[in-house]
Amino acid sequence: MTEDLHQLAKMLHELDDQMVACMKCGMCQAVCPVFAETMKEGDVARGKIALLENLSHEMIADAEGVQNKLNMCLLCGSCAANCPSGVKVLDIFLKARVIVNTYMGLPAVKKVIFKGLLTKPALFNTVLDLASKFQGVFTKTASEVIGSSCSRIVNAPIIGERHFMPLAKKPLRKLEPSLNTRPGKGGYRVAFFPGCVIDKIYPQVGQAVLKALRHHEIGIYMPTGQCCCGIPALASGDKESFDKLVLRNLEIFEKENFDYLLTACATCTATMHELWPLMSGDKTQSMQDRIAAMAAKVMDVNQFMVDVVKVSMPVQGSGTKVTYHDPCHLKKSMKVFEQPRALLKTNPNVEFVEMADADRCCGCGGSFNLQHYDLSKEIGTQKRGNIVASGAQVVATGCPACMMQMSDMLSQHKDNVAVKHVMEIYAETL
Amino acid sequence: MLSTSLLNEFKTLLGKDNVMDSESDRHAYSYDAAVLDSVVPELVLRPTTSEQLGRTVALCNENKLPMTVRGAGTNLSGGTIPTKEHGVVILTNGMNKILEINEEDLYAVVQPGAVTAKFAAEVAKRGLFYPPDPGSQAVSTLGGNVAENAGGLRGLKYGVTKDYVMGVNFWNAEGEYIKSGGKTVKCVTGLNIAQLMVGSEGTLGVFDEIILKLVPPPVASKAMLAEFDDINKASETVAAIIANKIVPCTLELLDNATINYVEDFTKAGLPRDAAAILLIEVDGGHIALVDDDAEKVVEICKKHGAKRVQMAKDAAEKNKLWEARRNALPALARARPTTVLEDATVPRSQIPAMIKAINDIGVKYKLQIGTFGHAGDGNLHPTILTDKRDKEEFHRVELAVDEIFDVALSLGGTLSGEHGIGTAKSKWLEKETTKATIIYSRRLKKAVDPNYLLNPGKIIGG
Ligand SMILES: Cc1cc2nc3c(=O)[nH]c(=O)nc-3n(C[C@H](O)[C@H](O)[C@H](O)COP(=O)(O)OP(=O)(O)OC[C@H]3O[C@@H](n4cnc5c(N)ncnc54)[C@H](O)[C@@H]3O)c2cc1C
Ligand code: SF4
Ligand code: SF4
Repeated sequence: MTEDLHQLAKMLHELDDQMVACMKCGMCQAVCPVFAETMKEGDVARGKIALLENLSHEMIADAEGVQNKLNMCLLCGSCAANCPSGVKVLDIFLKARVIVNTYMGLPAVKKVIFKGLLTKPALFNTVLDLASKFQGVFTKTASEVIGSSCSRIVNAPIIGERHFMPLAKKPLRKLEPSLNTRPGKGGYRVAFFPGCVIDKIYPQVGQAVLKALRHHEIGIYMPTGQCCCGIPALASGDKESFDKLVLRNLEIFEKENFDYLLTACATCTATMHELWPLMSGDKTQSMQDRIAAMAAKVMDVNQFMVDVVKVSMPVQGSGTKVTYHDPCHLKKSMKVFEQPRALLKTNPNVEFVEMADADRCCGCGGSFNLQHYDLSKEIGTQKRGNIVASGAQVVATGCPACMMQMSDMLSQHKDNVAVKHVMEIYAETL
Repeated sequence: MLSTSLLNEFKTLLGKDNVMDSESDRHAYSYDAAVLDSVVPELVLRPTTSEQLGRTVALCNENKLPMTVRGAGTNLSGGTIPTKEHGVVILTNGMNKILEINEEDLYAVVQPGAVTAKFAAEVAKRGLFYPPDPGSQAVSTLGGNVAENAGGLRGLKYGVTKDYVMGVNFWNAEGEYIKSGGKTVKCVTGLNIAQLMVGSEGTLGVFDEIILKLVPPPVASKAMLAEFDDINKASETVAAIIANKIVPCTLELLDNATINYVEDFTKAGLPRDAAAILLIEVDGGHIALVDDDAEKVVEICKKHGAKRVQMAKDAAEKNKLWEARRNALPALARARPTTVLEDATVPRSQIPAMIKAINDIGVKYKLQIGTFGHAGDGNLHPTILTDKRDKEEFHRVELAVDEIFDVALSLGGTLSGEHGIGTAKSKWLEKETTKATIIYSRRLKKAVDPNYLLNPGKIIGG
């Protein structure tokens, strides 16, 4: 046991150079959504880093306790974005999850999902397609405006009290099987990576993106066989599955030439742009170069529309009140926050209103929502409060994961606020 | 090891979630913002009511457990690092309510865990003003501010935390309730114990409720940035501004090293060759008066040899002028792994001598030091950039810190303007004061805390 711990500590030494930059100033307490709820130091970046340091210096024996603290995290990056010392908190946490996980082993349920399903897109898709056919049996429509469903089975293991978005009747993959078109007047050619959530739950977002691209005569490459960007696996510390997913996607997208690799999912964008290269250090140089080249092409679709296509300037719209939620992975990771707002304002039927704390995390955090639903809900309820207080009829955002979380919160409170992707609202104007 | 029965007693009192004894929880309360070795507490307790806090203190006392109260744990002097044997950390963030903001009588009553910036914002919503603004205010607690007598950027004109403390009600070491001060402007009932609590760093009592003074806010302000090619000129300017009966609400200085670190970090176009930058802000109750003062300040800056003076026309420009100061710590902190942030303070006329000495010390010990701080009140932050893992270099840092304190004292200054003594600086205390001072303080402590259980070892050692 102690010998094992020694091994674990040695692996964690890799993070020492990054961790030592944390000056323990505690300023991350001001912005961490999890800390705001639990008010426990072990849940904020400073505490987690201290725990990892102590594990690395063999001062702690309870690796599982540290792992639990590490998992009490939305990976929202709020701490990193506000850290006076510029500590790369997310890099540290993700690498630490991989290391601690390698040591502790992956829990059985996750093993099945990541190793079995995510890395085999065909199987994953079939399972979910089947689920979509049968889900009517389990769920009933809870809110017309939001279109989410809540569980009919009380206390079903994962569904619980959540107002889950139903799986789409037909995923994007079935609606738009594959595309490979040349650019027209738009001049550019892009690859489009819809990502799991858009494909399976919000295909209309994918369709809005495609509509806009076609409208601007942008060439589109959307190959079949795309798989998950890898973040759920990585966040759970499963680097092996993550690597497989990166490689598969890489091979598929390397087949063609294009200027940008677009996504409409903030989480996918940040993962592919930042984490793919970050986690490639153990690969051969040529592989690292390939990953870096692909990552450099990754761009958020809002940013593409505003900065590259240069869509027409904002108008002073009136009509539907729309507010905007900043996904953490767009604002804090990619520094994209002006473009989606500009895009919303191009719609003459939209009166844009800012909500309070627009860049406060919605509390979804991927598997955090599954592991710590109560906390996730507390954080989401605050977001819901700000949305409602803004008086908006629609809340727009740039990440389907945030869309799911906000739908859940709004639907549970029976609010008449619709949740949309910015691209849906933009596409309405075309 | 603590007995199971005692643990259970705490759990019954506070609820299971508020009694933290797991290894990972305890390790998360073993440090604060000071660059010191951590000490892991045996137990972490979080009372959520006044009665629970009192009972917690009494139980610790009965069981001879040394108690360290912890707010946000942002102090820079080791004040919240617990005691080695059987140390218990008592958290105040379960008691973070603002109990009253009285707009007629201009006071507020708060629980100790209330966060400074949140409180200041609530006060501002009611058209009033709570001026103390430590750089950590977004997270620091008012209890921590009082216990450290925290200062901030507005110190020169508005004073520091002690100037706003009207009363402190606290639990003594035995868990009995002590009331001091009150809600009236005038109050001479009994000893002035409330002010004794200010800066006591958790060694004399555990605050339960704090009564704070509020003031009307200024209605207008104006910010200026002046560049100097000679630090003496900057210092003369500061003296001249004050001699002209103008008291700016902020008067911040960045030295040449800091300017360059900020410029490396922001590329905002700061003058790399400037010896110093002064950021000056004046405020007041009438826009015309403020404009007048601002004009005068610009004149004085020019007269005393400022190379360039910029005045902000609007809020956006003001924000821009502040950029350099706001980025001082972030820029310095990013330059090297470890940031040792000191706060030696000298009479304001001695700032040039102090900065020169700091730079000489930097050269002597081959260390990177950037200095910024509150030029108006002489409170400087020499910031040593280092890597604590490099034992040899860190030893030089310790020697340099010793010398910085020696110089500060020789210039008629003090060890610490606002960061407190804790354990980090207790060994120098006698140098600044006298042996008798330490003995007097220890006797005082012994009298109110006979078992030496309230944050033992802090400030006066022992
Ligand atoms: C980035 C940064 C900037 C800073 N800027 C400034 C600045 O501009 N000015 C300044 O003065 N300081 C500054 N500080 C230092 C620090 O933030 C202040 O000392 C602050 O007052 C500490 O508040 P806290 O809530 O973190 O207290 P803690 O660090 O938790 O505690 C400080 C001391 O108060 C005691 N204490 C806390 N609560 C109670 C209570 N209820 N009863 C009795 N004792 C109690 C503790 O035992 C401890 O000794 C800065 C620190 C950082 C990291
Ligand atoms: S804000 Fe950054 S440097 Fe400060 S404690 Fe948090 S992670 Fe560490
Ligand atoms: S990533 Fe978000 S949830 Fe995690 S520690 Fe940082 S601020 Fe908190």
